[in-house]
Amino acid sequence: MIQKNSKAAEMRQVERLIGRILRIGVIVSALVIGLGLILMVMRGNGGYPNGIQPTGFRTIFNGVMALKPYAVIMLGLFLLILTPTLRVVVSIYAFAIEKDHLYVWITTLVLVILIIASVIGYLGH
Amino acid sequence: MTYSLLLLLGVGLLAGIFGAILGIGGGLIITPVLTLGMGLDIKYAIGASIIAVIATSSGATIAYLKDDMLNLRVAMFLEIATTVGAVLGAVLTGLVHANFLYFLFGALLVFTTYNMIRKLLSKASDAQNVQADQLATKLNLNGTYYDKALKEQVDYQVQNVPGGFTMMFGAGFASGLLGIGSGAFKVLAMDTIMHMPLKPSSATSNLMMGVTAAASAMVYFFNGSIKPGIAAPLAIGILVGALIGTRIMEHLKPRLIRMIFVPVMLYLGIQMIAKGFGVTI
Repeated sequence: MIQKNSKAAEMRQVERLIGRILRIGVIVSALVIGLGLILMVMRGNGGYPNGIQPTGFRTIFNGVMALKPYAVIMLGLFLLILTPTLRVVVSIYAFAIEKDHLYVWITTLVLVILIIASVIGYLGH
Repeated sequence: MTYSLLLLLGVGLLAGIFGAILGIGGGLIITPVLTLGMGLDIKYAIGASIIAVIATSSGATIAYLKDDMLNLRVAMFLEIATTVGAVLGAVLTGLVHANFLYFLFGALLVFTTYNMIRKLLSKASDAQNVQADQLATKLNLNGTYYDKALKEQVDYQVQNVPGGFTMMFGAGFASGLLGIGSGAFKVLAMDTIMHMPLKPSSATSNLMMGVTAAASAMVYFFNGSIKPGIAAPLAIGILVGALIGTRIMEHLKPRLIRMIFVPVMLYLGIQMIAKGFGVTI
């Protein structure tokens, strides 16, 4: 019984951790997107020729270094897309603590599909 | 430019508020506003709305996690089906004709409205006599949650796992193709096919929407469908709106909001279907 209680407490702690990670992810991405928006209003444009926007890692990185509004926004949006993925990663950890090996594998499979999706997206552009 | 930024912020704010209250992710609201209202190409509207879905889902999940309402095992198991479907859908958008997308989107709006009407009319309770099937037991999908309205702990069983899994693949496909969370399909799969109670169904659906959307969002992000100038103000508006929405929901009866919303959704749905056939009403 004591063991069960401590396990339940541990789970609650993990859930709180998942919540905190999600919140931090959302706040950080919102701040970056917000910064990009402010830059965009100050400059009056996105920092790129009409109809052009950065989509690759390198162009976004270079754009962020040059504080180009669109690049900063894309970085923020990328972080926002990453938050649910981060959630999946933390869930693997939660199932591992519960010693639920079946679900460690199932959740890992979901993560692998997400990674394959990014690769397809990156190669397809 | 400042005008259109403020307009998009406002649209996002409203979509966030209604999306959070109705549990529909915001994508269903944003796509018609961007395409019908602002004349944006549906491809870019889809890119913007997938961002909206992720923002709403992450916000709502934080609220639900504290209630132990969602079933993480059901979510992760079914997520295998939705993510595969979502990637396929997102890859196919480039190949599918825009008119077909309009039609599909309109049909989905009408379907969601139909679901809302059904919920308005029925006084169904969650009490169901459900026998867990072998697969559900093997996968440890059965769960328990604390119902605040009933003030008791509710244990529940899950049925027809293959049926739910298949439906989820369809939900993921629609989500990837149209840039929506397809929360209505997800709730349908869990609530109607697998006989999970409604509250954990919608909480779990909210979590799943974000993960499903993330799978296709990566494809959209790199192929340039996500326009920073459009998605950014929407995302900020939605994040703030979702926060307000969850606060409002505590004080409002969802029934009232649904009643206001049903005619609007129906109208937008029919308009989109018409646009799919090349007619502008």
